[in-house]
Amino acid sequence: MLDRRTFLLSASAAAATVALVESATAQNTQPLAAEYSAEFKSELAKVLQQATPLESGIVLDLPESVDNGEYVPITIDVASPMTPDDHVKSVYLLSTANPRAQVATFHFTPLSGKARVTSRMRLAQTQDVVVVAMLSGDRVLLTQRLVDVGVGGCGI
Amino acid sequence: MRKPPRIKLPSPIHAGAIIEIRTLATHVMETGNRKDGAGNIIPRNIIHTFTASFNDSEVFSADLNSGISPNPYIAFFMKVPGSGTLTLSWQDDSGTTTVEKIAINVT
Repeated sequence: MLDRRTFLLSASAAAATVALVESATAQNTQPLAAEYSAEFKSELAKVLQQATPLESGIVLDLPESVDNGEYVPITIDVASPMTPDDHVKSVYLLSTANPRAQVATFHFTPLSGKARVTSRMRLAQTQDVVVVAMLSGDRVLLTQRLVDVGVGGCGI
Repeated sequence: MRKPPRIKLPSPIHAGAIIEIRTLATHVMETGNRKDGAGNIIPRNIIHTFTASFNDSEVFSADLNSGISPNPYIAFFMKVPGSGTLTLSWQDDSGTTTVEKIAINVT
């Protein structure tokens, strides 16, 4: 448990204290997430490219608990004026414990108007879902959310 | 895709408005991790790329992997600059590309 948290925190020293408190609370009240896969760790490192993400600015609409991991609705919303000078470029949706860490990458442009996307994802088991947003000006945001999965998405 | 994708846009559409475009494709999204009755791996067949452009300018695109549910639902937004043609495309592993063109007439 600590390993997973420490891993994400290492990419984000500034938010370490807050996140540690959050994770301590989470451990008391929520089911245990699966260990982070090696593929997820290497994928996240590739996405972040040494950047230090801020743990703010991304709003996830994602159920805390689902019976069926085959169809998990998710809405990702990143606050941004979406102008040519200040916009969200890409959003990475990553699974920490599916056979494949990459779930989807969404690319936005100023014509998008809003950096908001809704889709449905498969989750093989109870796990953290991690979302990383890359903004213009090399800003990087990250958020994570635990989803408790009853029956995993079949044959992911 | 056996059936054409379903696409929903609001109506009417005003110039300058930010609208939500909701799409639902019909596709098995076979992951490539499952085996058939004889123990052979069923090859991956998923929609791997979705793109949306308006009058040839990119609006939004998505790279999808096997973690996206069957019959992929994707809803996204567009700031409508004026009247024109919205082009949506879905490409899958079997080499099939489904393209839908929607005329948008602003009021």
